[in-house]
Amino acid sequence: MSTLSSSVPTRRTTSKPFTWRRLLRWETLLGLVVIADFLLNTKLSPYFLSPWTLSDASFNFTERAIMALPMALLIIAGEIDISVGSTMAMASVLMGLVAKAGFGTPMVCVTGIVVGVFAGGINGVLVTVFRVPSIVATIGTLSLFRGIAYAVIGDGVLKSYKPDFAYFGQGYVWGPVSFELVLFAALAIVFAIVLHTTVIGRRIFAIGANPVAARLSGIRVDAYKFWIFVLLGAVSGLASVLLTSRLGSTRPSIATGWELEVITMVILGGISIDGGQGSILGVVLSALLIGLVTFGLSLLNVPGIVLAIVTGGLLIGVVALSSIVGYSGRRRRH
Amino acid sequence: MSEPILSLAGVTKSFAGVRALVKGEIDLYPGEVTALIGENGAGKSTLVKILTGVHHADGGDIRFNGEPVHIGSADNAGRLGISAIHQEAVVFDDLSVAENIFVTDRPRKRGMVDWATMRERARVILAELDPRIDPRMPMRQLSVAQKHLVQIARALSNEARIVIMDEPTAALSHREVEELFTIVRRLKAEGRAILFISHKFEEIFDVADRFAVFRDGAAVGQGLIRDVSRDQLIAMMVGRSVDQIFPKTTVPIGEELFRVEGLSRGEEFADVSFGLKRGEILGVYGLVGAGRSEVMQAIFGLTRADHGEINLEGRRLTIKAPEDAIGAGIAYVPEDRQIQGGILRFPITSNIALPSLSHLSHKGFMRRSDERALAEDYVTQLQIKTSGVSQRLEELSGGNQQKVVIAKWLATNPRVLIMDEPTKGIDVGAKTAVYRLMGEMVAQGLGIIMVSSELPEVMGMADRILVMRRGRLRATFTRAEATPESIVKAATDA
Repeated sequence: MSTLSSSVPTRRTTSKPFTWRRLLRWETLLGLVVIADFLLNTKLSPYFLSPWTLSDASFNFTERAIMALPMALLIIAGEIDISVGSTMAMASVLMGLVAKAGFGTPMVCVTGIVVGVFAGGINGVLVTVFRVPSIVATIGTLSLFRGIAYAVIGDGVLKSYKPDFAYFGQGYVWGPVSFELVLFAALAIVFAIVLHTTVIGRRIFAIGANPVAARLSGIRVDAYKFWIFVLLGAVSGLASVLLTSRLGSTRPSIATGWELEVITMVILGGISIDGGQGSILGVVLSALLIGLVTFGLSLLNVPGIVLAIVTGGLLIGVVALSSIVGYSGRRRRH
Repeated sequence: MSEPILSLAGVTKSFAGVRALVKGEIDLYPGEVTALIGENGAGKSTLVKILTGVHHADGGDIRFNGEPVHIGSADNAGRLGISAIHQEAVVFDDLSVAENIFVTDRPRKRGMVDWATMRERARVILAELDPRIDPRMPMRQLSVAQKHLVQIARALSNEARIVIMDEPTAALSHREVEELFTIVRRLKAEGRAILFISHKFEEIFDVADRFAVFRDGAAVGQGLIRDVSRDQLIAMMVGRSVDQIFPKTTVPIGEELFRVEGLSRGEEFADVSFGLKRGEILGVYGLVGAGRSEVMQAIFGLTRADHGEINLEGRRLTIKAPEDAIGAGIAYVPEDRQIQGGILRFPITSNIALPSLSHLSHKGFMRRSDERALAEDYVTQLQIKTSGVSQRLEELSGGNQQKVVIAKWLATNPRVLIMDEPTKGIDVGAKTAVYRLMGEMVAQGLGIIMVSSELPEVMGMADRILVMRRGRLRATFTRAEATPESIVKAATDA
């Protein structure tokens, strides 16, 4: 154990940083499962490979996948937000009211996002100022935001959206490529760049891996956490714009249970629930996987309740697998 | 002279390659108090944990009444009649006193807890210790001293033949200590063997019959208290030739670099003032809880002082958070390197880069090649033993982890480096390497504040020694005038 063996030059290895090795393994696995399911779906239905079928399939998951991106940041930073589905409902209700008041589409969209920012800000303040554990704080706001949505419109429906509002959730940018898909791809690239190549991304990983050491290293841990909550709120507002636009109407029950589906995507993507680990590529692949599996099952006319069983099983199976992979990952080298 | 009830010979224990116990030897006799003496890191806690079954010994011989035994679990320790009272009272605050006393063996009737019997037995035991404690009281209402008594009651309830007291007086007032000693003497009179761990020599000479001194994980002396003097015990504790372990270099000491004036914070510390010169290593000694780390944390911006000022190179600093301190040129190597110092799951590169990210990036984007070059530079300079800079921190030995944490702070180019227990939990070889590094750093004009509970370390490395006790600076010694006795005297209430 002596460290005094002086002047022995340290052997330099040229391998990539360890985090990449580990990530690539997990992403490879996910990628293979995605390809397998893709081939399976092709066998199941002759229509599957048509560009328009694939485009339809994408509507299944893009809104949730968009929310999974900032959710991944939050979970990597060691926190969680289960109020996002309720945030969407609250945002949608306010958008409906603004539309009903006669405002145009730009104002409706801004409203959705501002409500999201506001909701995320409340969560962020609860966690960073009042020190409420994030799971507790957001269980509270989960009820609170949903409750507000119901209180405002009861069992009613708001649907006075202008025709051009439909573009966000139903429009196509080019051929069968939908606006939602393009938006998801663009955001995924931005999130991947920020998380994996910038100082901000590095600090987010450090905060989740060891908040005490991060604080002592001069990182403003609370400020980072607060702004990630706000970002997630804003993106939930954006997702609410997309979903409301796609449905063409607002009901207070909109996006019920989505928080769990979004978190499922993130965890399946290899983001450690303990924080400090994961990649955006993994989240994108897991979003694709969930989209493909659910669409494949719907091609087989499998009822929705079975879909839920399959998604749950997928999550448990993959997470169990990940702890095995994680274990072998620890024992590498020397 | 009776035979020892418990006898340890040649007991060894290592943790992840670091030898915590090299030669654990101690004999405990019924009806006698044996004091276990040694510096932090001498192996006392490891020994206690082996006796209470928390850790397995790697090797050696443990005999109970002359028969070889294997402790190995808390259950076995309990069966042998070994019971421990810890420094920080280990109790369940939300349970009642009676439940705490009978925590492992509740009296039962028909498979259910027999509450009436339990309370009655608790009352009988407590009557002898402190009749003011009601068995039905919730634990959190008791004072620290009373919590210790409940732990003693726990030991009495299971007929403990060996009672281990690990610094039981650390948090007690003078009067409470007296009361505790009355009880210790009664336990002794009842024929129980007592292992008493303390840093306070007055207490040792007051209550103990025998002593055992440990140093660097090995027993270096045993005997009867009446045959030794306090100076002889200190000499045994410190032992080794100081020059070998402390490669103190002579560095010209420059003008004043850093000054703290009248720093106070709540109950933690009050009116702390000191200066630090360029090229100087300033040792800050005191017992655990004297407020040393709290002062450093306030300087570094982890907490905020109520009063006082901090000046660096004649400029008054406003430090509200660690990033302000880092920006001003103050770095802090914290006491616990695994929780506070580094990120175990991160590779060496990211750990070293963490406080310097803004210098290793361009317009917010990381420059991985710069980051890598920086890490490789420090791995070479500090002779960090690793298979490569992408190796994860948790895979390194304690000494090398500490070097990475030091490297991380050197990379911020500090002018003042605060090191809190810089060699805690690393082996002697690695310690010397860290000391040598400290010499090189001050030679480059840094000032180092070294908080330490290890007397030889403070005496071996510091140019000047501040002693804190109960949140206040009590004494300052130059290197020439410091003696172990004078420092320990200033640090304890003696």
